[in-house]
Amino acid sequence: MTLALIPLLPLLGAFIPCLFHNRNMNAASAGVIAGLSLTLLLLQAPAVFSGEMPVFSRTWIPAMGLTFAFRVSGFGFLFALLVLGIGLLIVLYARYYIAAEDPMGRFYTYLLLFMGAMLGIVLSENLILLMVFWELTSISSFLLIGFWRHRADARQGAFMALVITGGGGFAMLAGFILLGHIVGSFELTHVLAAKEAVHAHPLYPVTLILILAGAFTKSAQFPFQFWLPHAMAAPTPVSAYLHSATMVKAGVFMLALMVPVLGGSPLWFYLVSLTGLITLMFAAYMALFKDDLKGLLAYSTVSHLGLITLLLGLGTPMAVFAAVFHIFNHAAFKAGLFMLAGIIDHETGTRDIQRLSGLKTAMPVTAVLTFIGCGAMAGVPLFNGFLSKEMFLAETLEPTLLGSAGWIIPLGAVLAAVFAVAYSIRMLAGVFWGNPSKDLPRSPHDPPVGMTLSPLLLMAVCVLVGIFPAFSAGPLVHAGAGAILGPAMPAVSLAVWHGFNLPLVLSMVALAGGTLFYLHRHRLFDTHVWCSRYLDGKTLFESLVSGLVQAGDRAIRFLENGSLQRYIFVLISATVFLGAIPFAVSRAPLLGTVPTTPLDPVTLVMGLILIIGAVATVKTHRNRILSIIMLSTVGLVVSLAFSRFSAPDLALTQISVEVVTIILLMMALHLLPQSTPVESSGGRRRRDGILAVLAGSGAAAMAMAILTRPYDTISDFFLAHSVPGGGGTNVVNVILVDFRGFDTLGEITVLAIAGLIVYALLHGFERNAPETDDMGRPWTRDRFPMILAYITRPLLPLALLFSAYIFLRGHNDPGGGFIAGLITATVLTLQYIASGIVWTRPRLNFDNHIVMALGLILALGTGLTSWALNYPFLTSTYEYFNLPLIGKFELASAMAFDMGVFLVVVGSVMLMLVKLGSINSEDAGTVSFSAFLDKNLENEPLEEKTIEKETQ
Amino acid sequence: MEWLVSACFGVMIACGVYLVLRARTFPVILGLTLMGYAVNLFLFLTGRLHTNLPDIISGSQTRYADPLPQALVLTAIVIGFAMIAFVVVLSLRALGELDTDHVDGRQEKPPS
Repeated sequence: MTLALIPLLPLLGAFIPCLFHNRNMNAASAGVIAGLSLTLLLLQAPAVFSGEMPVFSRTWIPAMGLTFAFRVSGFGFLFALLVLGIGLLIVLYARYYIAAEDPMGRFYTYLLLFMGAMLGIVLSENLILLMVFWELTSISSFLLIGFWRHRADARQGAFMALVITGGGGFAMLAGFILLGHIVGSFELTHVLAAKEAVHAHPLYPVTLILILAGAFTKSAQFPFQFWLPHAMAAPTPVSAYLHSATMVKAGVFMLALMVPVLGGSPLWFYLVSLTGLITLMFAAYMALFKDDLKGLLAYSTVSHLGLITLLLGLGTPMAVFAAVFHIFNHAAFKAGLFMLAGIIDHETGTRDIQRLSGLKTAMPVTAVLTFIGCGAMAGVPLFNGFLSKEMFLAETLEPTLLGSAGWIIPLGAVLAAVFAVAYSIRMLAGVFWGNPSKDLPRSPHDPPVGMTLSPLLLMAVCVLVGIFPAFSAGPLVHAGAGAILGPAMPAVSLAVWHGFNLPLVLSMVALAGGTLFYLHRHRLFDTHVWCSRYLDGKTLFESLVSGLVQAGDRAIRFLENGSLQRYIFVLISATVFLGAIPFAVSRAPLLGTVPTTPLDPVTLVMGLILIIGAVATVKTHRNRILSIIMLSTVGLVVSLAFSRFSAPDLALTQISVEVVTIILLMMALHLLPQSTPVESSGGRRRRDGILAVLAGSGAAAMAMAILTRPYDTISDFFLAHSVPGGGGTNVVNVILVDFRGFDTLGEITVLAIAGLIVYALLHGFERNAPETDDMGRPWTRDRFPMILAYITRPLLPLALLFSAYIFLRGHNDPGGGFIAGLITATVLTLQYIASGIVWTRPRLNFDNHIVMALGLILALGTGLTSWALNYPFLTSTYEYFNLPLIGKFELASAMAFDMGVFLVVVGSVMLMLVKLGSINSEDAGTVSFSAFLDKNLENEPLEEKTIEKETQ
Repeated sequence: MEWLVSACFGVMIACGVYLVLRARTFPVILGLTLMGYAVNLFLFLTGRLHTNLPDIISGSQTRYADPLPQALVLTAIVIGFAMIAFVVVLSLRALGELDTDHVDGRQEKPPS
C-alpha cells in the first residue's frame, strides 16, 4: 500500500496548499506532502537496488483488464526520484519566485497534481492506468502553463500544449489498446515480456506509430517541437519543472519503457533515431538565435530530448545506458539553469540577452552557478553533461542500419554539439561578461539564499557527478538502465577519463567549433532572421487550427442549418443507408429456413385494418382530429396483435396506454391548431415519400429475415424458475418485478423523471384555446355533459376495484403494477374529463409528486431491504398463507415492488395529464358545467349530499 | 402470417417516417407514436409468432411464447408513452413561446 501512496499522496493532498492564506504555509504544506512521498519512495530503495521490483496490485475493472497496479522498477525509481527531488527544490524556489499578488495556494495545488500524475506515469504497472496519469499530466500542465491566466500568451501556450500532447495521448491510448490486444494483457510485466509476439503481429507497425505519436508529442520531437517554446509563458518554476525532469521527459520515459517490447526493429530504428536526429540538430540551431533566456533554454531542451530519442532509436545496450544517464544529467543541469534564468529575470526585470550584460560583478553567485550549468549543457569535461554526451558521441559512431549513409548520424551529432557549445557560451557570456548594462528595470544583485539554494544544490550534483560519476549517480543509472535492458545490460563503469579516443576528439572539435561559431555569430544571425520570417511553428499551428475550425464551421452550417426537418431527413437517410449495407453485402438469402405459419382470415382482416389505419393517418394528417382517430385504430389493432400472439400482458398494457395517449393527444389538440397547412412542395413530399417507402420496406425485409430464421432464447431459464424461484406463474410479470427488477427500477425512474419534466415545462405556462375552431364555429357550450359526469362517478369505485384485482392477480395471471397503474390513471383522468378540473381537483386531493415519490421509495426500499438482510439487491421471497374465508393466498416481497411500480405509473401519468389539463382551466367565455354545478351546490344542499355520497 | 406481420410493421414505419418529416409539430408527434407502435411490435416479433401459448405456467401447457421480449416491450410501451407526453408538452410550450407550431419555429406568413 505504501507503494501506491507515492503517487496518490500528492494527488489526494493537492487541495491542502489551497487551504492556507499564508505563503509560507502554502509552500510548507506542499513541501511536506512531496517530502512524505519521497520518504515512501526511498523506503523502496533497498529492494530496488538489490534488483527486485516491488509491485502493488488491486483489481479495478477485471473484465476490461484494468488493475490498479503500481511497480517500482529501477528505471521508475530513477524517474520518481527526479520527479520528487527536483519537485521539492521547485517548491522551495517557487516560494520566493511567485509574486505576492499571485495565488500561491493554487500554484502549489496544480504543482502537486502534476507531481502525482507524473509519479503515476513512471510507477504504473497497468498500461491503461498509466494512460489515466498521462492524460492527467496533460491537464495539470495546461493549468500550470496557463497559471497567469490574465496573459494571452500564457493561455495560447497552455492551449497549444494541451492540444498537441492531448492529441498525442489519444493516439497513444489507441496504441496501448492494440498492444494490450496483441499481448492479451495490459500489465506491463506481461507486455514487456512479449517482444516476439508483438513484432510478429501484423498490427505492429500501427501500434508502434500510435505509441510513438504519443511519446513524440509529449517530448516535443520534430515536427511537434513548437509547443514547448511557447509553454515558456509559464512561471519559471513551472518551466524548470516541466522541461527538465517531468512533462517532456514523460515522452522519453515512454520510449525507454517500450524499448524492450517495441524496439529492435528497422521501423523503430528509422522512425525514432531519425526523428531524434532532426530534432537534435534543428533545435540546437534554433536555440542559438533566441534572445530570450528561457527561449534559448527551451530549444536547448528540445535538442537534448532529441539526443535522448536518437540514443533510444539506436537501441544498443550502451545507447540505452547513455540515454538513461543523460536523462538524469539533463534533468539536473536544465532544472538549475531554468531557475537561474528565473533569478536573472527576477532580479533585473528582463530575460533578454541583448539587454543583459556584465552581471558578473553584481551577481557573482548566480554567475558561478550559471557557469557550471552552461558547462554541463555544453559538455565541458568535469561536468556531468560531458560524460553522457561523450557516451552519446561514441554510440553515434557505431554501425547502424543506414550502412554507408551512416556518417550522417555522427556528423549531425557533432554539428548539434557545436551549436550547443555556441548557445551555452552565448547564454553565459552574453549575460555575465562585457560592460555592465545600464538601463535595466531593476538594479541587479544576488537573490536571497532561499532562492539560490535550489540551483546551488542542482549544480553541486552536476559537479559531483561530473567528477565522481561511479560513486554518485552510478548505482542509480545502473539500476535504471538495468531495468530496461535486463540481461543485456553491458558491464560499464562510469569514469571521467577513458583514454585518448575518437569520441574525445569529437568532443574537443565541438568545443573548439562552438567557440569559433560564437565569435562569428553575427554573420549567421543575419541569414537566420531572413529565414525565420517564413518558418514559425506557432504560425503554422495557428493557421492549421483556424483552418480546421473553419472547415468544422462549414460542415456544421451544412448539416445544422437550424431545420429539424433537415436533421431528421439526414438521420433517417443515414439509417436507411447503413441498414441497406448488410442486405447488399450478404450473400445469404433473405428468407431463412423456418417455414411461415398459415394465415387465418380474421388475422388477415385485422392486418388490413392496421395498414389502412396507418395509411389513413398519413392521408388525413392535415385534418388533425380525424388523424388521431385513424391513429387510435392502429394502436387498437396492435394491442389485438399482442393478444393474438400469446402476449396478454402486452395487450392489456397497450390498450390502456392507447387510451391515455389518445386522451393526451386530444388535450394537446385543444390548444394546438386544428389543421395542418400545406407547406412542403410537391418535390419535397415525393422525396420524403420515397425515403419513407425505403425505410418501411427495409424494416419489413428485416422483420421477415428475422422471423424465418431459427433462434435460441435464454428464456427457458425464466420459464423454469418462475414458479420455484419467483413464486408466480405469470412469467412476464415475474421477469419484471423479480428477475429483471433492477431494470424495472430504472424504467420507473425514467417514467418519474419524464413526469417531472412535463410538469416543469408546463409550470407557469398558460395558453387559452381559441374560442372557435378553424372554420369560425364556436365550441359547444356544454363542455361537461351531465350524463357523462353522472355515469363516471359511480364508475370510479368499480374501476378502482377492478384495478386492484388486476394488480393482485398480476403475479400469476395477466396484470400487475404497470397495467393496474394505467387503469387507475385512466379512470381518474375520466373524472377530470367528465367533470372538469375545477370540480375534480379538490375532490381528488392528493399530490401526484408524492404518489410518485412514494412509489420510487417503496420500490427502492424493497431492494434495500433484501440488501440489508445480506441478500443481493432486490432479491425477492414469497410465502403462502391461509386465511379463513379467503383461503390460500400468496404474499411475495415482489408485490411490494410491484406496488411501487403501480404508484409511480399512477403518479406520473396523473401528473402529466392534470398539468396539461390545467393550462386552459381559466378558459374565459365558456360556461363550464363544473362552475354551473358548483353554483347549484351552494344553493341546493340536498343535491350536494347526494353527490358526496356518490363520490365516497 | 409472418408476411402479414412484417408488412404491417413496414407500413407503420413508412407512415411514421413520412409524418416525422413534416413541418408541423403535430404530425411529427403522430409519426413518433406510429413508429413507437412499430418498434414495440418489432421487439415483440424477435420472440417469434406463437398462437395460444401465453406465458402463464400451467400443468396443461408444455410450450410457451418467449417471455423476455414481452417483458422488455411492456416497459417500453409505458416509457414510450412518457416520451410522447414529453414531446407533446414540448410542442405546446414551443407554440406558447414562438406562437407557431412549425418545427423550426418559423413564423406564420402574415395573411395577405
